[in-house]
Amino acid sequence: MDTKTIIDVEKLNLWYGDHHALKDISMKIPANRITALIGPSGCGKSTFLRTINRMNDLVEGVKITGSIRYKGEDIYAPNVDVNNVRKNIGMVFQKANLFPMSIFDNIAYGPRTHGITNKAKLNEIVERSLKDAAIWDEVKDRLKDNALGFSGGQQQRLCIARTLAVQPDIVLMDESTSALDPISTGKIEDLCTRLKEKYTVIMVTHNMQQAVRISDYCAFFLLGDLVEFGTGEQIFSNPQNPKTEAYVTGRFG
Amino acid sequence: MAEMMTSSVSTPDDSGFAFRRKVKNHVMKAVLYGSATVTVSLLLFLIGYLTYKGSQYITIELLTSQTSYIKGTIGILPNLVNTLYLIFITMVLALPISIGAAVYLTEYATNRKLVKLVEFAAGTLVGIPSIVFGLVGMLLFTQLMGLQQGLLAGGLTLVIMIMPTIMRTTQESLKSVPNAYREGALALGAGKWRTIRTVVLPNAVNGIVTGSILAVGRIVSESAALLFTAGFGLVLHGFIQSLEASSATLTVALYVYASERGETGVAFAIALILMIVTFILNIAATYGASKLKK
Ligand SMILES: Nc1ncnc2c1ncn2[C@@H]1O[C@H](COP(=O)(O)OP(=O)(O)OP(=O)(O)O)[C@@H](O)[C@H]1O
Ligand SMILES: [Mg+2]
Repeated sequence: MDTKTIIDVEKLNLWYGDHHALKDISMKIPANRITALIGPSGCGKSTFLRTINRMNDLVEGVKITGSIRYKGEDIYAPNVDVNNVRKNIGMVFQKANLFPMSIFDNIAYGPRTHGITNKAKLNEIVERSLKDAAIWDEVKDRLKDNALGFSGGQQQRLCIARTLAVQPDIVLMDESTSALDPISTGKIEDLCTRLKEKYTVIMVTHNMQQAVRISDYCAFFLLGDLVEFGTGEQIFSNPQNPKTEAYVTGRFG
Repeated sequence: MAEMMTSSVSTPDDSGFAFRRKVKNHVMKAVLYGSATVTVSLLLFLIGYLTYKGSQYITIELLTSQTSYIKGTIGILPNLVNTLYLIFITMVLALPISIGAAVYLTEYATNRKLVKLVEFAAGTLVGIPSIVFGLVGMLLFTQLMGLQQGLLAGGLTLVIMIMPTIMRTTQESLKSVPNAYREGALALGAGKWRTIRTVVLPNAVNGIVTGSILAVGRIVSESAALLFTAGFGLVLHGFIQSLEASSATLTVALYVYASERGETGVAFAIALILMIVTFILNIAATYGASKLKK
């Protein structure tokens, strides 16, 4: 691979109680690229994504072995500050989950959490994040409005802005466009393509066209196994594994 | 009825059955109408009677003076004030404890069995007759802790009594806050407590307020639990004094005036006041909380 690795996963296993949901996953995710995670429903894409910012810690009865190194440091090491991990590795969810407060307070939530109280500084961060998420023009006069009064597509971009406001290195997205119309989806895809100058994007998608359009790298999961990981080009035009080929050509899934 | 029978489309064979069914229907309807009418008229009678009797005796003087044998006056100001003091003491103590317990049980506790057990215990406490709380309160606070009869002992007793109510309503409203909000905050690097304080609790305020208003309603209407703990005193005290001086709330005063003094007029006046306060609290619990959200 031609770029620096930002996330280095080694022999990652995850169990929900007795259910072995991730099996011996090893992969090196490159920085400043878009990596798509694909695979049939229930194969463990979300589970894998959520191990990267330790969101699975919240689930009762989860057991994890192996390691995930972020810039060389194991995020599962005993003395790691989980909040700091999540600050550096942000997440956008499948359904927009803005808080029922103003746009400004939503976007400023992260920075305030991390100790920024200066009003001018917050204004600057909010504006920059909204611009980065390509929604500034639509909401700049309505920053005081309740965020839940906006359309689904706008809310999802506001969620992205909220994530960007804490200046993460990595943005994880779990089917973040699956509930949106094609135009909103297109906007978010463009957004991701621009974001990769500053950020690393790892996204779960069910939409094969979307993966083809925007991913630089692609990982195919099946029943908890990582079947194949390579450039988007390789996975979609020249898959090495027959199962990958069957999936990307739509013969099952 | 006769008209309806002739319009029946049933064949001669099952007409007997259809007829019986029709009669059954009508009888059931009549019974239901009857019971509804009885309920509503009893209620209206009660309200009307209380208003009629009570309003004859409610005077400014009654509301603003205290009972004195030397001056020959009767007044319920001390009882009004005592009730307010008691609400204050009880809520100040009960709110933080119950909300704290609810937050712990729903947001932190990992031992499912323990949580279920506490919830079950709280549910049971709600159903215990309040006189039992009075007995326990007397034992605990006046005999063991050595407090004098007064609003502190009474308040502490009521704290035990209403804590389960506030705790359970708070728990329910915490559970109703979408998990997506919690995940959203945590994913931004907010710690658990910050998430609870800034995202979860503000969205649960509604339920907490409703629970609190219901709790205030219980405090206002409680008498049995206060007889042994807060006492029957009809003298006006300052707040600090009242903590350890026998002090009757409105409901206890009602009992005293009606049964020991034979002053049924005063009792009816108090009853009317209690009814109005309860009415207002109920409205507040129903509409106030939903307005608050906006
Ligand atoms: N909290 C949980 N507790 C127990 N099992 C879970 C939990 N979350 C997921 N699983 C199981 O783990 C497996 C992987 O689930 P996951 O949500 O990661 O799949 P996915 O690939 O994201 O699927 P989808 O495309 O439908 O979102 C599934 O079999 C699922 O049932
Ligand atoms: Mg998923």
